[in-house]
Amino acid sequence: MKRWQWWLLPLGIFLVLVVFLGVGLTLNPREVPSPLIGKPAPPFELPQLHEPQKTFSQKDVAGKVWLLNVWASWCAPCREEHPLWVELAKANVAPIYGLNYKDKRADSIAWLQRYGNPYVLSVSDSQGRIGIDYGVYGVPETYVIDKRGVIRFKQIGPVTPTVLKEKILPLIAKLNENT
Amino acid sequence: MIPELGQFALALALILALTQGTLPLVGAARGMPSWMNLARPAAQGQFVFVAIAFGCLTYSFINNDFSVLYVASNSNSALPLQYRIAGVWGGHEGSLLLWVLMLSLWTMAVSVFSSHLPDDIIARVLGVLGLISVGFLSFMLFTSNPFDRLLPAAMDGRDLNPLLQDPGMVLHPPMLYMGYVGFSVAFAFAISALLSGRLDATWARWSRPWTTTAWMFLTLGIALGSWWAYYELGWGGWWFWDPVENASFMPWLMGTALIHSLAVTEKRGAFKSWTVLLAIFAFALSLLGTFLVRSGVITSVHAFATDPKRGIFILAFLVIVIGGSLALFAWRAHRVGLGGHFEVVSRETFLLTNNVLLVVAAGAVLLGTLYPLFLDALGLGKLSVGPPYFEIVFVVLMAPALFLMGVGPLARWKQASLPELAVRLKWAFVVSVVTALLLPLTMGQWTPLASFGLLLALWIVASSVTTLWSRLKQTPGASLSKKLRAQSRSYYGMLLAHVGVAVFVVGVTMVKSYEAEKDVRLAIGDTVELGGYAFRFDGLNEVKGPNYTAVRGTLTVTRGGAGVATMYPEKRIYNVQKNAMTEAAINTGFTRDLYVSLGEPVGDNAWVVRVQVKPFVDWIWGGCVLMALGGLLAVLDRRYRVAARARTREDALAAGAAAAS
Repeated sequence: MKRWQWWLLPLGIFLVLVVFLGVGLTLNPREVPSPLIGKPAPPFELPQLHEPQKTFSQKDVAGKVWLLNVWASWCAPCREEHPLWVELAKANVAPIYGLNYKDKRADSIAWLQRYGNPYVLSVSDSQGRIGIDYGVYGVPETYVIDKRGVIRFKQIGPVTPTVLKEKILPLIAKLNENT
Repeated sequence: MIPELGQFALALALILALTQGTLPLVGAARGMPSWMNLARPAAQGQFVFVAIAFGCLTYSFINNDFSVLYVASNSNSALPLQYRIAGVWGGHEGSLLLWVLMLSLWTMAVSVFSSHLPDDIIARVLGVLGLISVGFLSFMLFTSNPFDRLLPAAMDGRDLNPLLQDPGMVLHPPMLYMGYVGFSVAFAFAISALLSGRLDATWARWSRPWTTTAWMFLTLGIALGSWWAYYELGWGGWWFWDPVENASFMPWLMGTALIHSLAVTEKRGAFKSWTVLLAIFAFALSLLGTFLVRSGVITSVHAFATDPKRGIFILAFLVIVIGGSLALFAWRAHRVGLGGHFEVVSRETFLLTNNVLLVVAAGAVLLGTLYPLFLDALGLGKLSVGPPYFEIVFVVLMAPALFLMGVGPLARWKQASLPELAVRLKWAFVVSVVTALLLPLTMGQWTPLASFGLLLALWIVASSVTTLWSRLKQTPGASLSKKLRAQSRSYYGMLLAHVGVAVFVVGVTMVKSYEAEKDVRLAIGDTVELGGYAFRFDGLNEVKGPNYTAVRGTLTVTRGGAGVATMYPEKRIYNVQKNAMTEAAINTGFTRDLYVSLGEPVGDNAWVVRVQVKPFVDWIWGGCVLMALGGLLAVLDRRYRVAARARTREDALAAGAAAAS
């Protein structure tokens, strides 16, 4: 066995694999182009969380770039991303509307009191019906909707500071420029 | 209080694992018996503390302690008790705890059943296992603590994923993990052989029963998972080439190669470095599987909560463990030498060829699984690799492997003769070709693929019978039963496992070639015909389960006017997560399954109903069970219990003599 270098071959192949896996970690396979992107946001009219006698529909935000954030008080990852929304609401970049998903009213209001309420308002989708239209398959989810009511971005799972800074904020800025 | 106790137990287990992973290894390197002797008590203590932690988490689940985040995320007060227990491993944190529990169980088993091993070897094996345990325990404690509190406590839990609320899912993960984790023992033996520099037949003999046991559990675990997918996902498919499935299948292929390679190393002293490499690969693929499932690098229908932070940790761990051992391999293995010499035509060659085919197959699965990732990483777009790729690769690679399976056991070690083999196998060949050509005709339609699949299966059975027959002829003894009893259990284990493969191949071939399905709109009273069976839709009623409500359909199945079965497919809505679940009704038979699932309602009491007839589908899992039983027989072989002691003493003496000279 003179050619001892050959014995390094498995190690070499393994290291190449590791490099790919490492790069893979920085990518997001969940960033699957959602079929909803580029399509008009599915219409809904739902009771508001804090004032159930009033309703809210997208018409009320027509002409604005806005964010729809699907959240619930029972959702642990929502709490992880929540401070970002509270910060964003303070910065007043775009109005954030909440879709309170399959939740109890009292729990949700208590939750907002505890962790802060970044939403212009939240609507209650207690049955999760609108969630089906939007293809919600994990809470939280976040949609960026443009002035014409078209979905331009969808985040499945909690928004991270990176996603917010590199994806959502530039997109909002771009959408606000175009008329 | 209980969750804190669990966390404390985990911390203590980590300290013991650190002890177990360092001092005995140093002791073995420097020849200090007192340090080496720490390995066993540390391993056993670690098991006790991990078991306590596992017990604590189970306790929190049983008592609905929703102040524990993990319990709140994976359980619910309305969840039946058996699923509250299964919920312990229903999510990421708990599956890790199960992983660690299995690891400490294997480690303890090694520490108990190893009294015949030399002290330095056992110190090294347990030391390596301790280091693996350190990695997983710290992964759990630092990134995925199952005991994290949720304050204020949730009113109720989010419920266990309804897909997992199923008896198959209660058993599948523990079985699978027993297998996965079991390869860590083979790995630890391989590493300790490299460390000690004594890479010989004894090493193979020691690690063989452990490897076979792990392989057996993995076989059963994969079969259970496939069976679960078949009846629970409601589509009637049994294997989807999903990344998570592939993650369990790659170690299986590698493990299969490993147990065959170990046989050669034990019997002939050949393939030594190749066997070591396979042991490293088998465990590497187990770890890689964990990485793929847990890091979110690849999407899958099994999507659990994934998190890139965790991915980095596992990747680093992977680099240290596998990179380290491959470096050790490169440094040490080239001095080993090739071992026993053998001719081109010999059992060694057949086994080596099969080995290579299995490894290439595992590589092909790995490539198919990671290909989307490679493309994405190179910025070439997103795509997924589907079943057609995997199926073609498998037919091409496994067909020669299955053919060799028939030849290998009959060939002599060292040097065999092809003409002689041809003479001995000619009847097996003729019988299997003729039967394979004719048999598909009885199914009403002849297809080349059906014939080919059956040919391979029949060939394995016929050549196994030939092998047994010629072996019996060589065995001295008065009566046939005496001759039969003279064969070792491991020999029968081998034959049984090979026949299991044949049974599996029959199942796959028949399902692929002759399954029939129809999606039809059925109103009450309507009948649909499929494969000679008439399915009449008799009605619907509502059913309340413990934590779901369901619509249950009733279908009466007849064949030629005679009643066959009444089937009750359900569509369930689980109360907490509001998921709709299709609960298929299956009528199981030896030669076919009838499979009915409810689709969607289409007004006026009419539903879209999918009916399927699946010939021989249960043979797929039956074959896996036979393979596992074959493994069990091999492990129960007398020589592991009776002869081990005496022989190892000789080996130890010989090794001592060799070291001294």
